[in-house]
Amino acid sequence: MLEVKGLRKSFGPLAAVDGVSLRARAGEMVGLLGPNGAGKTTTVSMIAGLLRPDAGEVLIAGRPLGGDTDPAKRNIGLVPQQIALYEELPAGENLALFAALYGLEGSAGRRAIGSALDFVGLADRGKDRVATFSGGMKRRLNLAAALLHDPELLLLDEPTVGVDPQSRNAIFDNLEALKKRGKALLYTTHYMEEAERLCDRLVIIDHGKVVADDTMHGLYRLLPAANMLSVELDEAEDGAGLDALRRLPEVQSLEKRGAGLRIGVRELAATPKVLAWLLDHGYSYQHVASERADLETVFLSLTGRSLRD
Amino acid sequence: MYTAWKALVRKDVRLFFANRRAVLMSVVAPIAMASFFGYLFGGNGGQPEATRIPVLVVDQDGSPISRGIVARMSGDKALVLMPAGMEQAREAVRKGKATVAFVIPEKFGEIAARAFFGNAAKPEIALLYDPTHGAEMGMVQGILSGHVMEAVSQEAFGGPGSSRLVKDSLADLDKNSGLPPDLKPSLTAMLKAIGQWNAQSQGRPGASQAGLTVPFGTRTEAITSGTGIPYNGYAHYFGGMGVQFILFVGIEVGMGLLLQRREGLWSRLRAAPLSRSVLLGSRAASAAITSMFILVFMFAFARVVFGVRIQGSLPGFLGICAAFSLMTAAFGLLIAALGKTPEATRGIAILGTLLMVMLGGAWVPTFLFPQMLQKLTLAVPTRWAVDGLDAMTWRGMGFSASLGPMAVLVGFALAFGALAVARFRWEE
Ligand SMILES: Nc1ncnc2c1ncn2[C@@H]1O[C@H](COP(=O)(O)OP(=O)(O)OP(=O)(O)O)[C@@H](O)[C@H]1O
Ligand SMILES: [Mg+2]
Repeated sequence: MLEVKGLRKSFGPLAAVDGVSLRARAGEMVGLLGPNGAGKTTTVSMIAGLLRPDAGEVLIAGRPLGGDTDPAKRNIGLVPQQIALYEELPAGENLALFAALYGLEGSAGRRAIGSALDFVGLADRGKDRVATFSGGMKRRLNLAAALLHDPELLLLDEPTVGVDPQSRNAIFDNLEALKKRGKALLYTTHYMEEAERLCDRLVIIDHGKVVADDTMHGLYRLLPAANMLSVELDEAEDGAGLDALRRLPEVQSLEKRGAGLRIGVRELAATPKVLAWLLDHGYSYQHVASERADLETVFLSLTGRSLRD
Repeated sequence: MYTAWKALVRKDVRLFFANRRAVLMSVVAPIAMASFFGYLFGGNGGQPEATRIPVLVVDQDGSPISRGIVARMSGDKALVLMPAGMEQAREAVRKGKATVAFVIPEKFGEIAARAFFGNAAKPEIALLYDPTHGAEMGMVQGILSGHVMEAVSQEAFGGPGSSRLVKDSLADLDKNSGLPPDLKPSLTAMLKAIGQWNAQSQGRPGASQAGLTVPFGTRTEAITSGTGIPYNGYAHYFGGMGVQFILFVGIEVGMGLLLQRREGLWSRLRAAPLSRSVLLGSRAASAAITSMFILVFMFAFARVVFGVRIQGSLPGFLGICAAFSLMTAAFGLLIAALGKTPEATRGIAILGTLLMVMLGGAWVPTFLFPQMLQKLTLAVPTRWAVDGLDAMTWRGMGFSASLGPMAVLVGFALAFGALAVARFRWEE
């Protein structure tokens, strides 16, 4: 559905987007992940035809956009990072405007507006002015405005900033439903949990360059350790006695903080072996927890920088 | 395409009316200012009552001649005359309560009468005036000359002291060596004849009215849409202020677009499959609609409250309103195209607007401009709007007179619009 090849855009001396390629198939949700200023919004703007690339190509359904009035733009639904709504108009009128921009009016328009408001849980607020909405409600309406014309490709630029967890979950469920209906989604965020939960594939960019493009599973394979075991020992161990644990083939890393241990293992299946080793060597413990290495770790290991710096 | 166009225009009009303060500002403010200017300069019809000049008189003489002058001045329709003391008069003029005060000095009558026939020293009437009202001073001076001439000459020809005046003048004439000797007999004969006339006419009804008078009167007629239809100052100023405030609407259009761009709304609109001319054109159309609303509302108000009528062609009037509204809308787009940030652009846009308004004659009618400037201001679109509205309202011109202004305004609209579309920075 979407294919991006070698996109470049510079603002003066700054290469905001420096050779980005990515693709999103129908029924697929691709995460575009990167820290502030990585070039996510610039990339999305070029895909939506708002910004002319310096180089590279954007194909929507196999065809490049042919100018401002290209009807192929109807295939795209853009949820901009900045809330783009008329504060002084009621929510319903905002949606009516955006529907009309895509040629929807009359009963078709009203139907589209009704279901979009439902989609974001604002069905009872259609008559209220946007200025009276909370930040999260505006975000949700901002998202609804992109769905009216039922586009095949959704470009979501940080659509859930400031939305409370409950509404966010509702939105996620709905996005999943859209995916099942065969829409292609490009989801820009720097919330790793969102990306992990929603996306089939992740494109990580930094300084305008793609540093990784893979499935979650593939990304974890890039990590030295995919799982972290936290073990709390009964007594702090300062000696070198634990160093032998590192020699187990399953153990990839070991960190000591007083009585706390963090042990990196490639697979969760290795856990019993590690725990047994501890007991065998006289280390008793009270509390064990296991967590998957997250995207934060992935990003850190790929760029040496934290995702939220 | 039409659906989108319609929706965009509707949105802008809704936004305009949603902002009550802005609506009030763009409707009430011009009405208030036009009413004020209209009241100040002309009002509706027949000026005299409205423009009588307050004048004070200090009569230190009290002679029949000075009393005659005061009586004549009191009767003048252009003045409101009040007696006053010297100090009081000075104070009143200084404070702007009276425009002019004139002082008839002691013995004025006597000396003036003597100076009338001979070349005795002329007495002086002092005129105290407010320097901001030079023109009125000139007018009072002119009126005063006429009345003094009448009063003095009437006294000379048959007034109570006239026989002594003739005798004194004859005595002066004998002493006076300045007159060529061959002319002296004729003058002596004339004075004697006057003495004789005075003696004979004394107490005879009808004869006392003799004397010199100003041998003409004036009749003024302001040339308006027709005889009997008075000039309506409100008509001009409603046009002028309407033009000014609609240009402000144009500025708001420009500012609005720049703000929309900053807020990301502009990009959002551009994500839809719309041409640039639809995006900008719809904004121009909606601005034209709101401007048209303001003009029509203003003139409706002027009609009800001040009796301003479209004496000329109504279609012509509406046409000029529409053409000017379009021009303003395009002007707004141009501001958006050339401006960078709303903050940086507003100041310069307001300056440009006020210049256009001033040169267009909305504040001071262009016929008061120097010839050169009158020609130069033909290059200013507002000039055509103001003149066009004047033509359709109080000048009462026909539809054909509206075609010129309309064509020029539409021309400016197209030029501004084309420049705006060409220079508009779409990305960002
Ligand atoms: N119109 C512009 N003019 C100049 N520089 C720009 C412009 N737009 C973006 N940039 C720069 O390009 C770089 C990428 O910006 P972009 O908005 O694409 O980042 P982003 O990944 O979306 O960041 P964020 O997570 O903060 O939204 C930034 O350094 C930004 O300063
Ligand atoms: Mg961004």
